[in-house]
Amino acid sequence: MPSPRTIVVGGGLAGLMTTIRIAEAGLPVDLFSIVPVKRSHSVCAQGGINAAVNWKGEGDSPWRHFDDTIYGGDFLANQPPVLRMCEAGPGIIFLLDRMGVTFNRTDEGLLDFRRFGGTLHHRTAFAGATTGQQLVYALDEQVRRHEAAGLVTKHEGWEFCSLVVDESGHCQGITALDLRAMVVRAFPSAAVLLATGGPGIVFGKSTNSLVNTGSAAAAAYQQGVHYANGEFIQVHPTAIPGPDKLRLVSESIRGEGGRLWVPHDGRPWYFLEEWYPAYGNLVPRDIATRAIFKVVFELGLGVGGEPMVYLDVSHLDPVMLERKCGGVLEIYEKFVGEDPTKVPMKIFPGMHYSMGGLWVDYDHMTNVPGLFAAGEVDYQYHGANRLGANSLLSCLYSGKVAGPAMVAYARGQTAAPANGIFEHETKRQEDVYARIMRLEGPENAYALAREMGEWMTANVTVIRQNRKLRETDDKLLELKDRFGRIGLSDRGRWANQEVAFVRQLWNMLELARVITLGAFRRDESRGAHYKPEFPNRDDARWLRTTKARWTSDGPLFSDEPVDVSLIAPRPRKYDVATEVSGGR
Amino acid sequence: MAAERTIDLRVRRQDGPDASPYWQRFRIPWAPQHNVVSALLEIRRRPVTTAGERVPAPVWEASCLEEVCGSCAMLVNGTPRMACMALCDRLAQPIVLEPLQKFPVVRDLIVDRSRMFEALKRIKGWIPIDGTYDLGPGPKIAPDRQALMYGLDRCITCGCCLEVCPQVHREGGFIGAAAISQALLFNLHPTGEMHKEERLDVLMGPGGIADCGNAQNCVEVCPKSIPLTFAIGEIGRQTTLKWIKDIFRR
Repeated sequence: MPSPRTIVVGGGLAGLMTTIRIAEAGLPVDLFSIVPVKRSHSVCAQGGINAAVNWKGEGDSPWRHFDDTIYGGDFLANQPPVLRMCEAGPGIIFLLDRMGVTFNRTDEGLLDFRRFGGTLHHRTAFAGATTGQQLVYALDEQVRRHEAAGLVTKHEGWEFCSLVVDESGHCQGITALDLRAMVVRAFPSAAVLLATGGPGIVFGKSTNSLVNTGSAAAAAYQQGVHYANGEFIQVHPTAIPGPDKLRLVSESIRGEGGRLWVPHDGRPWYFLEEWYPAYGNLVPRDIATRAIFKVVFELGLGVGGEPMVYLDVSHLDPVMLERKCGGVLEIYEKFVGEDPTKVPMKIFPGMHYSMGGLWVDYDHMTNVPGLFAAGEVDYQYHGANRLGANSLLSCLYSGKVAGPAMVAYARGQTAAPANGIFEHETKRQEDVYARIMRLEGPENAYALAREMGEWMTANVTVIRQNRKLRETDDKLLELKDRFGRIGLSDRGRWANQEVAFVRQLWNMLELARVITLGAFRRDESRGAHYKPEFPNRDDARWLRTTKARWTSDGPLFSDEPVDVSLIAPRPRKYDVATEVSGGR
Repeated sequence: MAAERTIDLRVRRQDGPDASPYWQRFRIPWAPQHNVVSALLEIRRRPVTTAGERVPAPVWEASCLEEVCGSCAMLVNGTPRMACMALCDRLAQPIVLEPLQKFPVVRDLIVDRSRMFEALKRIKGWIPIDGTYDLGPGPKIAPDRQALMYGLDRCITCGCCLEVCPQVHREGGFIGAAAISQALLFNLHPTGEMHKEERLDVLMGPGGIADCGNAQNCVEVCPKSIPLTFAIGEIGRQTTLKWIKDIFRR
């Protein structure tokens, strides 16, 4: 019997790790990516990857890492998989090291580790301040090796359209669009992984890449895959505002000694150090972002009256900065035109990451059998707020789990899929394509997307009010209505980016409703989700995972309990060092 | 009344690989911090030429917008560079945008750079690990060597170095500085070094190191300041040593 085929959609860290694990087990993989995988958004990760190896002799351990992660996520993550991820951390770093990742070194030639937000330990391995880039390259190289050996077939320049689901509700493959020839094709597969990243473009401007529309996840959601905790959106405290995107300035800058301040009474006021003496500039991102909002909007102390604060490294050794943070400072200097080693950087928070995503079990399978999800597109590891440098770890760990789980699932599938399901789904997607090509009206799809982004950023990020959330959902419904009056500027049948974007826009609007209404529904404040009307965490009602199911009338919500079997929830505060729960 | 400040762009368009190129002009309102990609994004929201003609919006490649994904390389006023970091206020207007010339045009500003990824396959650009299972830490590496390797590892496969190389042509020819610098990266790694002869064999063959004409344009244009000429020199030295060694092996 020939080996069953598998499909991985997305060539960032989670997709690449899954691909390697499947190929290593001897199964062929079809790897789909909009862009050449080496250009995936994971390259934008800067500061590093967490693993508690305790090489600085600080008494760190995977259990402490686990406790920091659960506490940092305000107890919303299911605990068993998070513990397993933290225990797997050191092995993953060693694997990356063996793959040739150019991690920074100590004088002894060992891996160096630095501090990051939400912990008091040096736990973050790093390659300058471009760690994601170096990790993607190492995995890309391993995948290229399997590609040269014939086990991996790359489909770069193909966009995922939909799942092929049979009558019994099992995923049997996908349909995808060739972004050059603009042709839809079905690809059968015994197991499918979505590793398609986050939904930053739903917010218009964010730290995300232009490819991060969340469109693939939203398409799966519309076919019955549950979307969990969509309302948990991380806004990174330090980004460079720009007309096209909010360029990230890594948390590692503060890990290496950078300080946030604003001028106050003629002197620098280091507000985080004053408010949070235990963690100072390295409080978790939700805390730092809300502090900046308070300083700027409540106290009116933004730099020059503008929504900006200083991130200052001018007191630090420029040689050290070049070695450990070079890549980031270079972006700032090229873009803003000022040398951050001499002049404090001007920054402001920007939408960065989605803690929520497709619901998966502990083997990374969604509620649709045969469909798996890994990386930012799943919801598993970060609860209500992700700690810095945990995203690269969760991408790689989830891929490490999903790969073998897909192999086991695929090998267990013996029945051939029913006749006609691939033709049927291809036809359905061709009809969508044809309908888009016929759109003729006064609206511009990119302008509609900008409106969506402005509303989402204004009302569904740092501060959430129920009235505004309701208005935002009304706006999203209005945009869905105007979607029908889009007029295409481009009706060509070759490399037509506009047709692809129109399809993504519809999916983004669907996902935006999940995020907005999920936030509306959750009347409490937890991690990144902050409602001044409900300023406290409410464990009695809301220590629950939100689950959204698509219906033609909009998302239908339910919730399920969180597994808190290992650490009892306790109040979360960062002005004092946290007491680590018992553990091992 | 003062005329409103604008940004003028001339874009070289081409509907497909075999179509003839043509030019269109666009004008967008000036705003602070515009770069070439944000200007193209603006055009997309209102794809009307300065002559008032509604046209299909120009297509181009871009993703990260912070010079790390390598997508948006194009000719900006004749120079190959990353469009996302080309600030409009520092460019002479009209800003002239063209696709890279050394790669086949797909459409408008999109070119096919797959030869660069094929080159990475040819030079066996990877560390041959035994498997992803737990085998303990990797080899120790001196901080100086790490710094050198890190500098080489920042290559974003944008193609600017190939674009300016007189030895690189649309149809094959020289493999180019990017792949050679990657061969050095892997040869510097303690595990990769065990297999360095395989990489040198490739670079001693057709289109390899001997085709470098030493024009040194590559290092000038590299957006990530990769020491490309140093890498070519080092690989040249390694291939010479291997050549001598091979003589005595016969």
